Amino acid sequence: MEIIGMGFVAFFMLLGSFLGRILGQFLGTGGDVGGVGLAMLFMVLTVNYLENRGRMFKPRTENGIKFLSALYIPIIVAMAARLNVVGAINGGLVAILAGGIATIGAMFLVPLLSKLKK
Amino acid sequence: MLTAAFNSFAGADHLIISIALIALIMFITKKISIMLGEERIASALAIITGLVLAFIGGKVTGGSSGLADISIFSGAGIGLLGGSMLRDYTIISTAYGVKLKNLKKAGPVGVISLLVGVIFSFIVGSAVAMALGYTDPAEVTTIGAGAVTFIVGPVTGTALGVSSEIIAISVAAGLVKSIMTMVITPFIADLVGLDNPTSAMVYGGLIGTTSGVAGGLAATAPELVPYGAMTATFYTGLGTLIVPSVGFIIIRSILL
Repeated sequence: MEIIGMGFVAFFMLLGSFLGRILGQFLGTGGDVGGVGLAMLFMVLTVNYLENRGRMFKPRTENGIKFLSALYIPIIVAMAARLNVVGAINGGLVAILAGGIATIGAMFLVPLLSKLKK
Repeated sequence: MLTAAFNSFAGADHLIISIALIALIMFITKKISIMLGEERIASALAIITGLVLAFIGGKVTGGSSGLADISIFSGAGIGLLGGSMLRDYTIISTAYGVKLKNLKKAGPVGVISLLVGVIFSFIVGSAVAMALGYTDPAEVTTIGAGAVTFIVGPVTGTALGVSSEIIAISVAAGLVKSIMTMVITPFIADLVGLDNPTSAMVYGGLIGTTSGVAGGLAATAPELVPYGAMTATFYTGLGTLIVPSVGFIIIRSILL
């Protein structure tokens, strides 16, 4: 059933969010630190573990997960539509330069660090 | 009768209206991209359309949530559909296609890129603030924190007790970063070699704004989204940890 796939993702999101909050308390920053990353990590480990033991998901369960993945880009579009774009432009020169140079600079560091991989 | 029906219809917080709107945007941008012969720019066009609508929404209402401030899209409309809950839920679902061996290969360099990314953005943001005449260490640190992400900025500013105007600038710097990342990534991807899981994890770690990275990669190579998102999600946490503490101490020792 498709809902089982959706529930599977939901379980890891809740697990990650809980662990992220523990991490946030532990570090003293509060909030959810890396919950999404932890959720993804545990999900990858679980799926790979199950597949190595020859236990594949049923096609309909898999459909539930794939449906969510397919909604990912439209949701990003909705997210873009609720950003404070006016605020970003009104932040003035210091905001545009600080944010802009940090972004472009970081992008050009990508090839440098990618070469470090060994 | 008709106007009364319409008014009561538009007065409801319709998730369905927002789904239909997003579907329409996706449909039109897909058609345009096919007409232009560049099908892979469809997502980038859709995201830019979203940003333009957010700008219009912000101008019309004077609010801070873009289109979500317009009543028929507010609450359970664009606010819910584009909120962090569904964003995180769908991002996590993309981990389903991730191969463990790719993660293992890029793990250490991913951690390094996180540290480099936070420190680099903080240095750039602080340097810009100083170059434009800010001399108060707490203010410089807050603007530098904004260049990390729009969450690290206000967290730092609140901790250091700066004015709300400086906090607004730091949020704006983070928003500029997030928006620029979404818009520029598809055009710069070939140049920086953003075409494999390792470079996507490095990219997520260096840029760090979850929305920017997610949007940028979605518009570039959707299969790389989970790798970039996985490192990016730790970036803000790391930033809120080191910027108000170590970052502030360093800026203070430079300025005093």
